[in-house]
Amino acid sequence: MLMTRLKAGGPAIAKQGILVAFIVFMIAFSLMSDRFLSADNIMSVFRQSAIIGVMAIGATIVVIGGNLDLSVGSMLSFATVLVVDLHDKIGPELAIPVMVLATLCLGAINGFLIGILRLNSLIVTLGMLSAIQGLVLIYSGGQNVDIVDQRGTWFAIFGRGAVFGIATPIIIFGTLALIFHIIMTTMPFGRRVHAVGGNPTASVFSGIPRSRVVFMTYLISALCVAIAAIILGSRVMGSQNNVGQGYELQVLAAVILGGTSLLGGSGSILRTVLGVLMLAFIQNGLILMGQPYYTQWLVTWVVIIVAVWLDVAAKRGRLFSPIA
Amino acid sequence: MNDPREPALRLQGIVKTFPGVRALDGVDFEVMPGEVHALLGENGAGKSTLMKVLAGMYQPDEGQIIIAGQPVRMTTPIEAKAQGVVLIHQELSLVPEMSAAENIYLGELPRRSLGRVDWKTLEERSNAILTRLKCKFRAEVTVAHLSIANQQMVEIARALTVDARVVVFDEPTASLTDAEKVVLFDIINDLKAQGVGIVYISHRMDEIFTLSDRITVLRDGAYRGTLTTAETNEDEVTRLMIGRSLDLSRNEAPRDFGKTMLEVQKLTCPGLFEDVSFSVRAGEVVGFYGLVGAGRTEIAETLFGLRVPDSGEIRIDGEPVAISSPRDAIAHGISLVPENRKEQGLVLQMTCRDNMTLPQVQNLTTGPFVSQSAELAIFDQYRDKLAIKTPSWRQSAGVLSGGNQQKIVIGKWLSMQPRVLIVDEPTRGIDVGSKSEIHQLLRDLAAQGYAVIVISSEMPEVLRVSDRIVAMYHGRIMREFTIDEVTEDSLVQAISGIKTTEAA
Repeated sequence: MLMTRLKAGGPAIAKQGILVAFIVFMIAFSLMSDRFLSADNIMSVFRQSAIIGVMAIGATIVVIGGNLDLSVGSMLSFATVLVVDLHDKIGPELAIPVMVLATLCLGAINGFLIGILRLNSLIVTLGMLSAIQGLVLIYSGGQNVDIVDQRGTWFAIFGRGAVFGIATPIIIFGTLALIFHIIMTTMPFGRRVHAVGGNPTASVFSGIPRSRVVFMTYLISALCVAIAAIILGSRVMGSQNNVGQGYELQVLAAVILGGTSLLGGSGSILRTVLGVLMLAFIQNGLILMGQPYYTQWLVTWVVIIVAVWLDVAAKRGRLFSPIA
Repeated sequence: MNDPREPALRLQGIVKTFPGVRALDGVDFEVMPGEVHALLGENGAGKSTLMKVLAGMYQPDEGQIIIAGQPVRMTTPIEAKAQGVVLIHQELSLVPEMSAAENIYLGELPRRSLGRVDWKTLEERSNAILTRLKCKFRAEVTVAHLSIANQQMVEIARALTVDARVVVFDEPTASLTDAEKVVLFDIINDLKAQGVGIVYISHRMDEIFTLSDRITVLRDGAYRGTLTTAETNEDEVTRLMIGRSLDLSRNEAPRDFGKTMLEVQKLTCPGLFEDVSFSVRAGEVVGFYGLVGAGRTEIAETLFGLRVPDSGEIRIDGEPVAISSPRDAIAHGISLVPENRKEQGLVLQMTCRDNMTLPQVQNLTTGPFVSQSAELAIFDQYRDKLAIKTPSWRQSAGVLSGGNQQKIVIGKWLSMQPRVLIVDEPTRGIDVGSKSEIHQLLRDLAAQGYAVIVISSEMPEVLRVSDRIVAMYHGRIMREFTIDEVTEDSLVQAISGIKTTEAA
């Protein structure tokens, strides 16, 4: 009797596994550090998570469509270097659209290779990860870039500004998450992305333009990277050549923690937001506890692997591998 | 080797429950050495669950498994195999890139020193088994290069590497041609003669009556009885299985056709089909009959824009049309219910409703948003019209039975209000009850004025639904029959490439 009830209750708890883990972490950290749950700290974690968060929105859509995007890290370097460099050369009102267009072009290359030519997304975006990093170095000649007049430019609003006391990055992240959540859950495009990721063949047999849908997911991913670059450039008012290095893994980590299936076809942007916040709070908690920042890498991935394991175990109904 | 009076395998009072479902409710089943025992039941009756219990993939909640007089517990397929129980899966489980020999001995390759594979022994043993199965290919060949039928032989060969007491065949003929079936039946009879107990699962009544000694019927997870094949008939078995009798008649609907909806002239796709011309009128069902690989599916895919023809003309409602994508086909009013519903027809993790509205979701909008009410209206309409059994529209399509899945796909394409509806193998892998429902449905659609093309490899199906039958062989149309003039002999001749005197 008890077993049956456990089994029946299992999937329901498993569905909320990430949420449960999140709450456990929050309680544990708040017991260990007084500052952890202070309003200041929470706002600052939200603000810091915005860049990864915005990128993770695009990545979630790519993954629901059945593909991966590992190029977002170097794409972020590219976009940030470009917007910061152009800021002083042609002014922010031109620098932003030029950068967005250039970044969309990179997304279009991904989309063309993966959507139209049907190449493997892991290979293409891994290649793009390296190729774009090269492009950045060629463009900047290896120099880091800076904005000279950091106080006088309205560009500062995206990274450093606030509206009604809420930091702009949080507002941008929240708004984008909401918009894309609505697109993915209530609009035909979202339905098509789910279908293409869930079963590409059946989608074609249903008259869905599979290539175009996949192409669009990469454009959206690039757009999100461009927006993230505006926040980052504006906050730092300068950029290193490799500022986005490693972001692709954090983004992917957030998507996985949010429970989006890497096989495609299912996933949720709001849950990715939860994944983003969880990562950010873990990292923040570790720092407050005086751990060096690189501990976060170890802890983050242990958490992810355990989360994925529990998730799969809940679906299988047992902790260890099934027979077939 | 086996005691002939003792069952090779006996299941007693097997109960297996899943959350919310009692999948098996006290099922008894036995198979004697040297007996072919057919297991019948509609989709969802519990056959697959029972087989998984047999193969050690599920543990029964209650009941006993007795092999050669000894109660056993089998917790993995490996243990089941060690007990001499081998399952030949419906879906093949071979590694396509490996040779037949490697597949046959997968997991237990003969070894030499230092763990190196003993290729010579491997190939000798494998070839010996293949010879015993009268296979014409060698064990060295890569599995991917073999036909489906030969791949199945490899699967069977794998079963014979152990001293099998019981071999379970799960829908083994689903993708075999008639000639290949004959070979398979020979093998089953050989195994039987060697004292192996055979469990044979199939939907095909003719096969069961050809092969089996006894028939056990399951319905809704419960044991419904065991019949001796020689003392029963299809009608009795069907009644036991679905609780009522089945209609086995030929289509006799009054023929009152409208104008020609689809006309195909000299359509050619080299290597697949050549010089194909036919037409379909409103209110007419045209059956395409032929062997697997005769080019029927390829014609359907060409009409639906999935392939580009080399030459030829397609006219819809008298107008020549260019179709280069499924979107074009849909825009011209062509709908295709594809051959393989799980791979081509459905997005399994999507809800039933979303699957049904998928081809037109971009048109079901209020402003930029998908209109839930418009979607539900379509879903409700076709759920009622097609009698689809699902607890809710939210159910993901993957968990429905084969028959209900097929109805979702049919509903999806009917809701597009097509001018021409193409249905490819509409009842493959579907239980008898749903099958006759789908046949009736196709007739109803014709009566409502739809122009329907039915592609089928089953003669009874073609005879039951068609007004006209197009017989194909090797990519060519051999003959066209009206339902009144067709005979089973002439059909068989036409699809075997035999030219009869009256054929043009």
